[in-house]
Amino acid sequence: MSEVDKNQVIVPIGPQHPSLDEPGCFTITLEGEKVVNAIIGVGYNHRGLEKACESRNYFQNLYIIERVCGICSHTHSTAFCRAVEELTGVTVPARAEYIRVVVAELERLHSHLLWLGTACHEIGYDTMFMYTWRNREKVLDILAAVGGNRVNYGVNTFGGVRRDLDEAIVSAILKTVDTLEDEINHYLEIATTETTLMSRLVGVGRLSHEDAIKFGAVGPVARAAGIMDDIRVIEPYGAYKEIPVKAITDTRADVYGRTVVRILEMLESLSIIRYCLKNLPAGVIAVKVPRRVPAGEVLIRVEAPRGECIHYVRSNGTEMPDRVRVRAPSEANWHGMKHMLEGGYLADVPITIAAIDPCYSCTDRAVAVHSEMDSKVMDWRELREYGNEWYKKHGVDVSALVL
Amino acid sequence: MIEFLEILFKILIFPGLLFMLVYSFLLEYLDRKVYALMQNRSGPRWYQPLADFFKLLGKKVIIPADADEKMFRIMPVISIAAVASAFLYIPVFGMRSVYSFSGDLIVVLYFLAIPPLTLFLAGWYSRDVYATLGATRVLTQMFVYEVPLFISLLAPTILAGTWSITGMADFYADHPLFALINIPAMFTALIAFQCKLERAPFDSPEAETEVVSGPLVEYGGRLLAFFKIATNCELVLVVSLFAAIFLPFMSGNVWVDFLLYFIKTLAALFLMILMRATMARLEISHIVSFCWKFLSPIALAQVLINILIRGVL
Amino acid sequence: MGITKSGKVGPGKITLDALRNLIRTPATTSYVGESAPKVEKNIRGRIQYNPANCINCRLCMRDCPTGALTIINDGTKEERKMRAVLHVGHCIFCCQCVDSCMKKCLTYSQDIDFAKTNKDDLTVEL
Repeated sequence: MSEVDKNQVIVPIGPQHPSLDEPGCFTITLEGEKVVNAIIGVGYNHRGLEKACESRNYFQNLYIIERVCGICSHTHSTAFCRAVEELTGVTVPARAEYIRVVVAELERLHSHLLWLGTACHEIGYDTMFMYTWRNREKVLDILAAVGGNRVNYGVNTFGGVRRDLDEAIVSAILKTVDTLEDEINHYLEIATTETTLMSRLVGVGRLSHEDAIKFGAVGPVARAAGIMDDIRVIEPYGAYKEIPVKAITDTRADVYGRTVVRILEMLESLSIIRYCLKNLPAGVIAVKVPRRVPAGEVLIRVEAPRGECIHYVRSNGTEMPDRVRVRAPSEANWHGMKHMLEGGYLADVPITIAAIDPCYSCTDRAVAVHSEMDSKVMDWRELREYGNEWYKKHGVDVSALVL
Repeated sequence: MIEFLEILFKILIFPGLLFMLVYSFLLEYLDRKVYALMQNRSGPRWYQPLADFFKLLGKKVIIPADADEKMFRIMPVISIAAVASAFLYIPVFGMRSVYSFSGDLIVVLYFLAIPPLTLFLAGWYSRDVYATLGATRVLTQMFVYEVPLFISLLAPTILAGTWSITGMADFYADHPLFALINIPAMFTALIAFQCKLERAPFDSPEAETEVVSGPLVEYGGRLLAFFKIATNCELVLVVSLFAAIFLPFMSGNVWVDFLLYFIKTLAALFLMILMRATMARLEISHIVSFCWKFLSPIALAQVLINILIRGVL
Repeated sequence: MGITKSGKVGPGKITLDALRNLIRTPATTSYVGESAPKVEKNIRGRIQYNPANCINCRLCMRDCPTGALTIINDGTKEERKMRAVLHVGHCIFCCQCVDSCMKKCLTYSQDIDFAKTNKDDLTVEL
């Protein structure tokens, strides 16, 4: 970064800021109200999950992986379950696959409703924020009845699901779906005709088709630029092989396009839920899976509400995995953020950041970055020794701790 | 002596400072409650603004090291003083205000220009990035809404033939049909007042998600409490001015007029809450273009119409 | 923009909704001062322990992601007197212990209200 010009101002947005749900530091250089430079800083939510998975058995890891993110928890749990099922060679019964799809689409609904509310709050449209979150409560009540919790519903287990859907829950889901369809159609109408909303969203945060491919955007960000990368369509898994899923893309490639894509995806989720509940196959809901997972490595892709989620699991034949790597979709969408922010206005910064639907907890894994600056890549033992030396210099001796 | 006490009573108690303070708390409660009901929520209880005020009084005041301490502390006081002085010229109880003379409309408008200036100075002297950004936005917004506001408040005076607010209220009470001619000016004045009070959709200076409370970001404790009182009293002043000029229905009885005053100000407040609840926040450049391209032509047209009608009649 | 039926663009499109909501009952309730909100039927709350069939296999402890559950045998191997201690602050209410128990000693209730002012009170006997 070159030296700052005299009439340029550096504004730090974060780590604590009313517009960010989770901590992240964006250092914006402004000239008047125009953004000329942006430095993205994430990593405040790193919890060491992947390392923690290596010293726990698979049943414990199921719940740790589920809590990578609160909003797309079922996706992570589905991916991990499918990884273990593929390693052990177990076939999940059809009824369990359909129940997994119903919960996944309900999760997509609640995630997109949350996003719509948050985006409206970022542009100062608090009334829509309250309306969408009121409707989200209906979805959360259904998820609590189905899974047992409003978020982090532990529906999955290895070999199937833990709870069944009975007649009462099915009719409750269908009733909620009917109510939500009217409301979401109403939101679509508002989003496409309300002048003040559109003046804040149209032309903001542009990421063209070529740039989306160059920066590796996934999910609604890429679909708004015209790239069809919905895993449910291009590489169907589980019950998606039998369920018709419509591919939704848009050509506008800005925040407004992403809004429209997400609202249309919500409508598509409603029709998928109806289809699943109408054609729910009979049968058991889970099969037994051995505790020791055979050695091997597997890469699983599922479609989270935010895009393509990749899980890599390598096992060495014991009860504990050798390596678990989670590539959440938000991690891929951050790379284009600098390009989207520069050239815009300060007022566009919160909505541009919110438009990729960032999940900072999903993003923060440890990655190796090779750069020209003075940097070093350390493995676990070197990192621990480095940490112990640093603390010893500051008068604290932690080398006796055994991890 | 009795006259001196009576003047003191009118300035400080009713319809002066104390009445304005109490009414400002009531209006803030109604503002938040009706806004919440429109959003399908419960909203706060009736003592919430009072509770907020007392809570803020008990908090610590932290002044940044770089900030100018004297100016930092005196800005809320100037703001309240300006608003309280302006309130003396607005007819509240019956048709009489505490003081009135020809030209007091201009005096009230000048007093009304002081609160945004104090906001700007408060932000400027805080020496903080967010405060400076918010302060520049306050000033930008002030440049663009002052013109439509002044012109749309000028238009009714042309028909009434007097520059005093009490005189205008008298004129329109006697000829209520003329108030219908002023409807475009009423429309632009309402929107321009919403700009002045920095309420959504024009709350870009204190946008919570962009500049974290704008010019007041370094304020806390009792200084922030007084600034909030100043904002609420400005709301009282604005709805009273709006009711006095544009909503002229008056009977002869003093107590009935007092009740009518409440009804008119609450109606104006309802329109402002509706605007706040149904629109997103506009960007500062959009506010500038909106005010110049949309509000000012309508206000100018209203002046032309009023001049023509005055010439005809 | 040709997605919706009414194509007319204008500000304040939700005015009708806002006015209609003025006369509807609010969707929120006040939590403090009134009773706790109603929870769903199958929500996962605090687990309950029945020591009658427990064989001290400790599969529940092994599968607990946070190590919140401890099974203690106060008697001997022949005459077991089992009891369980749960650290409510560490429990994530996943109920994997309920699934892992082969003798079905553990069940879950709908009890979700256990905020305490003292950290030591979070360790409860089951």
